[in-house]
Amino acid sequence: MTEPEPGGNAGGATTVVVEKLSLTLGDLPLFDGLSTVFPAGQTTCLLGPSGVGKSTLLRAMAGLIAPTNGRIVGGDGRGLAGRVAYMDQSDLLLPWLSARDNVGLGARLRGEPTDATAAHRLLALVGLRGHETKRPAALSGGMRQRVALARTLMEDRAVVLMDEPFSAVDALTRFRLQDLASTVLRGRTVVLVTHDPQEALRLGHQLFVLSGSPAQIEKSGVPDLPPPRQPTFGDFPARYQDLMDQLAVGDAGAP
Amino acid sequence: MSRVFRGAVTVAGLIVLWQVIVLVSGAPPYLLPGPIETFTALVTRSGLIAGHALVTLSEILGGLVLGTLLGAGSAVVIAMFRPARRWLLPILVTSQAIPVFAIAPLLVLWLGYGMASKIGMATLIIYFPVASSFLDGLRRTETRWIDLAHTMTGGPRARPFAVLRHVRLPAALPAFASGLRVAAAVAPIGAVVGEWVGSGAGLGYLMLRANARVQTDLMFAALLALAALAVALYFLVDFALRKAIPWQPDTLPDLDP
Ligand SMILES: Nc1ncnc2c1ncn2[C@@H]1O[C@H](COP(=O)(O)OP(=O)(O)OP(=O)(O)O)[C@@H](O)[C@H]1O
Ligand SMILES: [Mg+2]
Repeated sequence: MTEPEPGGNAGGATTVVVEKLSLTLGDLPLFDGLSTVFPAGQTTCLLGPSGVGKSTLLRAMAGLIAPTNGRIVGGDGRGLAGRVAYMDQSDLLLPWLSARDNVGLGARLRGEPTDATAAHRLLALVGLRGHETKRPAALSGGMRQRVALARTLMEDRAVVLMDEPFSAVDALTRFRLQDLASTVLRGRTVVLVTHDPQEALRLGHQLFVLSGSPAQIEKSGVPDLPPPRQPTFGDFPARYQDLMDQLAVGDAGAP
Repeated sequence: MSRVFRGAVTVAGLIVLWQVIVLVSGAPPYLLPGPIETFTALVTRSGLIAGHALVTLSEILGGLVLGTLLGAGSAVVIAMFRPARRWLLPILVTSQAIPVFAIAPLLVLWLGYGMASKIGMATLIIYFPVASSFLDGLRRTETRWIDLAHTMTGGPRARPFAVLRHVRLPAALPAFASGLRVAAAVAPIGAVVGEWVGSGAGLGYLMLRANARVQTDLMFAALLALAALAVALYFLVDFALRKAIPWQPDTLPDLDP
């Protein structure tokens, strides 16, 4: 189950272990002794009501906020610094850089030589051949989000954290981006925050539902087939109903 | 092209208005010379005016370069180093509170009657707008860009100067540019004030001298040259900045790309 699959992952997949995580923002205890494991090489979707702390958990995993207590480590017990790639709801493309240079931003920041060939290959992979030298302003929202996906892939990190990555694009584009992401991220440990139960059921190897304050994690069942799944296939509709029920209960208990 | 046309129309309109005021008020030429007298003076004394204009232009450019370097340098240092924020920022603010005109005589006393004191004046007057607007740009970088950069470098403490160079600095360029535009507009003031306090050359000096000799037409001609210089400088800087920062959102009709 932890075997790297085709899709390429030089770093090798790693489990992400959250150990007794406590985190307080302001005077709001978002997490108190939360422990969980994100399995290696799989996509875990994180759902839950607005304000429950999904983004905060992701930012803590990315090393952007320090937990008050506890720790978040890889399966080897070491921290995750330098092993995570982060993708946000907004593309976060730098407006002065071309698509290609945005994809190569990580290398620039680390003072490594930029690999233009790899950047071009990844842009082609996300369907943006011929747009390499365009600035973000010259691209549509969906195209920009694909550049952001290529940038995330370029980082070639074992863990990929995504915060509502496709929520700002239209339904059809979102559907295609989900298929694309599912394919190109295969073999990595992906944690994907989403508000869209259908997206979670299409992409997740498992679903975590956050609820309460401080937040607790509850698992939810996924359809039998491997992702990316088609919404009308097999037990998808039944799982969708289960998940909706679970989210409704969690929402009622939220502050 | 239409921009040039509109500019020409405006200038022509102002000249006509000027002539009308002269005719209506009936002011004698030694109080208010008309456009014809002024342009005559501009042509007949062009050598003299050009010589002094060159001096003033050098002072302005010297001040622009120095003030921009110092202002931008201070902004970066203040943005990057915590102690600098605590110690330099108050100095920066105070530098603006001191009326620059009041220390012009001091500058002339310390730096002499030559160009140095005028460059000093222009530098002082430019320093604050450049430093403060650039600093504003540096501290207002989109935090999520910084977060993204930190996941790439491996943590908030890793490679701060790479983040500065590749994210903060370019992101602050539009703010820096607006500071530079203000600087280009006020630099001539600094140079001319310096010349008024004490000098032997420059358009400000020429105006004072012409005034003392009641050569009002020459004074107006010098003033016209100064205005032309200042306007040309502003548009040149503005044009260069637009070219240098093509991603800057611009809601005004742009120059030809
Ligand atoms: N810097 C901060 N200081 C204090 N409180 C904060 C801060 N950032 C977020 N919060 C609070 O922490 C809680 C969790 O925020 P978070 O962004 O993690 O929620 P979320 O689950 O991602 O919500 P959404 O689904 O709306 O994105 C919210 O109640 C928010 O008000
Ligand atoms: Mg969120």
